[in-house]
Amino acid sequence: MQQAIFEERQGQIREKDERPFSIECNKASLAGAVSQRACVFCGSRVVLYPIADALHLVHGPIGCAVYTWDIRGALSSGRELHRMSFSTDLQEMDVIFGGENKLYRALNELIERYSPGAAFVYSTCIVGIIGDDLEAVCRKVQQERGIPVIPVQSEGFKGNKRSGYMAACNAMFRLVGTGNTEGISPCSVNLLGDFNLAGEIWIIRKYFKQMGIEVVANITGDGRIADIQRAHGARLNIVQCSGATLDLARMMKNKYGIPYIRVSYFGVEDMAESLYRVARHFKDPGIMRRTRELVGEELSRLYPRLEEYRKALAGKKAAIYVGGAFKAFSLVKAFRLLGMKVVMVGSQTGTTEDYEELAAITDPGTIIVDDSNPLELSAFLKEKDVDIFVGGVKERPIAYKLGVAFCDHNHERKEALEGFIGMLNFAKEVYASVMSPVWRFVPRRAAAAVDQGRCIWKAQ
Amino acid sequence: MEGPVVKKPVEPAYVSTTNACKLCRPIGACLAFKGIEGTVPFLHGSQGCATYMRRYIISHFNEPIDIASSSLGEKHAVYGGQANLKLGLVNVIGKYRPRMIGIASTCLTETIGDDVPRIIKDFLEETRTDGNMPVLVPVSTPSYAGTHMEGFHGAVRAVVENLAIQPTHHDGINILPGFVSPADIRHLAEITDDFGMTATILPDISETLDGPAMNEYPLIPRGGTPISSIRLMGGAKATLEFGRTISSIPTAGAWLEETYKTRRYLLGLPIGIRETDRLFAVLETLSGKKTPRKYIGERERLIDSLVDGHKYVFGKRAIIYGEEDLVVALTAFMVEIGIKPVFCASGGKSGLFGKAIKAVTQDLYQDEPMVMEGADFFDIAQEVESLSPDLLIGHSKGYSISRKLGIPLIRVGFPIHDRIGGQRILHIGYRGAQGLFDLIANAMIQAKQDGSPVGYGYM
Repeated sequence: MQQAIFEERQGQIREKDERPFSIECNKASLAGAVSQRACVFCGSRVVLYPIADALHLVHGPIGCAVYTWDIRGALSSGRELHRMSFSTDLQEMDVIFGGENKLYRALNELIERYSPGAAFVYSTCIVGIIGDDLEAVCRKVQQERGIPVIPVQSEGFKGNKRSGYMAACNAMFRLVGTGNTEGISPCSVNLLGDFNLAGEIWIIRKYFKQMGIEVVANITGDGRIADIQRAHGARLNIVQCSGATLDLARMMKNKYGIPYIRVSYFGVEDMAESLYRVARHFKDPGIMRRTRELVGEELSRLYPRLEEYRKALAGKKAAIYVGGAFKAFSLVKAFRLLGMKVVMVGSQTGTTEDYEELAAITDPGTIIVDDSNPLELSAFLKEKDVDIFVGGVKERPIAYKLGVAFCDHNHERKEALEGFIGMLNFAKEVYASVMSPVWRFVPRRAAAAVDQGRCIWKAQ
Repeated sequence: MEGPVVKKPVEPAYVSTTNACKLCRPIGACLAFKGIEGTVPFLHGSQGCATYMRRYIISHFNEPIDIASSSLGEKHAVYGGQANLKLGLVNVIGKYRPRMIGIASTCLTETIGDDVPRIIKDFLEETRTDGNMPVLVPVSTPSYAGTHMEGFHGAVRAVVENLAIQPTHHDGINILPGFVSPADIRHLAEITDDFGMTATILPDISETLDGPAMNEYPLIPRGGTPISSIRLMGGAKATLEFGRTISSIPTAGAWLEETYKTRRYLLGLPIGIRETDRLFAVLETLSGKKTPRKYIGERERLIDSLVDGHKYVFGKRAIIYGEEDLVVALTAFMVEIGIKPVFCASGGKSGLFGKAIKAVTQDLYQDEPMVMEGADFFDIAQEVESLSPDLLIGHSKGYSISRKLGIPLIRVGFPIHDRIGGQRILHIGYRGAQGLFDLIANAMIQAKQDGSPVGYGYM
């Protein structure tokens, strides 16, 4: 396996053992290493993408817009402007003479055409180089059109995905505080870091409704500009995911004194604990009682149904590679609930604290990895003889090529994985892949099948 | 009136692009490099380009797509990206042990002015070679000029320019098919094989982008056009290059002809009867042999099936979109079966699209198809209302329009992101036409059946 690992990356890979845990992370990706990471623009785009009544205009050549067209399964209960791809489609002449005029005209025609609640203008690599003054163009259009027009400083090369999260939070923070907060309940929250993939935020909102808590703004799943503008009226920010929106919560705490808590809606333990933490925050016996009832009901429905999956999956080995490490915590626990063993876990953008937490909750022998690549991931899958790999689109062919089952935990998933029902869906997904008869025929298992006299073509 | 109605993008001229009907130039280069033996595509730019393109390509082929990146950061954008490009090359060479690295530039590195050929030259001079130095092929692919097809053809040309040596003449032929599917490439190889010819098909993604499940992760998938064959391309008897809209751009076929006098046959993509006939005619000339009985049989069965099914497709109105050469070839086939190509649209801007559409439609189609270069899906959607089409023909990205109109989308080309098997779609040859015809005829039959109150069981 060592030959799969670049010398420069040795420090970013650890096998959990008795020694104190330490790992290198938050580094620039190694050139030539085929990192699974994207760029600053990706970080911003991914966070703001689900805001469904905003115009998302990508200022640059066509690539950045076309590769993010309708890319996430972020559902909307109303307008679906976010599912369109808008680009200034810069050409050679624009690069030479500057793209400001084109941006100005593009913004005007698109605002005219779609009447969005606001416009986000994403800066791409080239804009950072040719020096277009995005701020000035946006300000001008905002004045003329009377809607917020917000530049997102997301030049691809200026950092990594995390810098993109920050740029997105900066952009949203310009909106916060500009709306009317009248009539917002004292028991109110904003949901940060949920993107309503496969309708997940609707599941979570339903829980809060049952608990008697008002949700002011979805940030950003099924998000609306007007809601974000009045988000400062909420009493608590609930932040999910690996810090994609954590910066916004921090900014809101500093400016508006709104506290935040970090939660996860994946897996039974984390889902229940998230609801309890919110209930405890409001110190309202009614809310706490309703929360207990809700969790009790959900669990009594869920556990019997999980049982058959647990029986089939117990003892199987899982590997996890996701964008943000926070999601990995929940996945480790979710696999444990299914009686499965996590043998590898990694993320694109985890922090030191994230990896320490992972080390704390995994078993000895587990590989923990930061900013990995196909070379390493395939080596880990082989070495640990993994039964199922969970990850995103770019991880899927690595698993499939090696004949390993796979669970899509990506932005385009069609099954809700959050909430109590999400745990059941997750179990089903894992089961449906692990238990497929197809693995008997792939080379990895066919060799074993020969031994048992089952594989005809090998035996001949 | 002369020529078809070449429609300018709808008035007033929109400056923005909405739901593009094209991809950026570097991805085309990466796709071409994927079809060469032992090759790792490498993007000189920021990390996101490689990752986005990998994701986009993976979603079509369901294959590992390793594209390396020089992962430029802020300081490189200021001081130049050469150090990271060199480091990236060292790392790719160390771990992947490639035979070739295809290095495409991006808008970032083009704009900061990195001179990639010079950096490569320096790199080769500075690096001690132990005989394992891969061929390093740079191609300039600024994303702000042209589409993925310019990137694709540019990369193929760069490979040939870098590899082809002073020729010894041989009996083989070159085929430069453009961006077709792995199934298409396999079929081309089968055809030339059946003619008893040695053909160098460049690029050849038939295995590299449609490979088997394996016991070991294929760092570089097997297959691809052998580098040793590319070296000999200059000595081939002829080059067959597909694409009716590429005569104005510098392609590998043009280069081979200019440099080594290798005769170039510029043909349309062989889709449908007449374009496939033209291919077979050239192959007969070059091989001195008659078309093998197998293909005569395929052609005969195709014609027979067109007769059987002609009523179900006749007069149907189709919107055809995608890469210019693919649209031209599909249009050629549609007019052969009596389908009206009411709108032919492409994000490409070769300047030759309208002329090419006219060339393939004029003797079979009385009306003038509306043709649009530089189109996006907003333009296409704008035209849809007045055109009342019966079907769309193109890649997955037309799905939202097809869904809105409630008409079938016949999925062809790239990308196919909402179905499995994009790599197995056969477009070319009589066999490809047969598959497409059955698909289209059945889609029309089904649309009628689904819309019928009777729910009949016979056609």
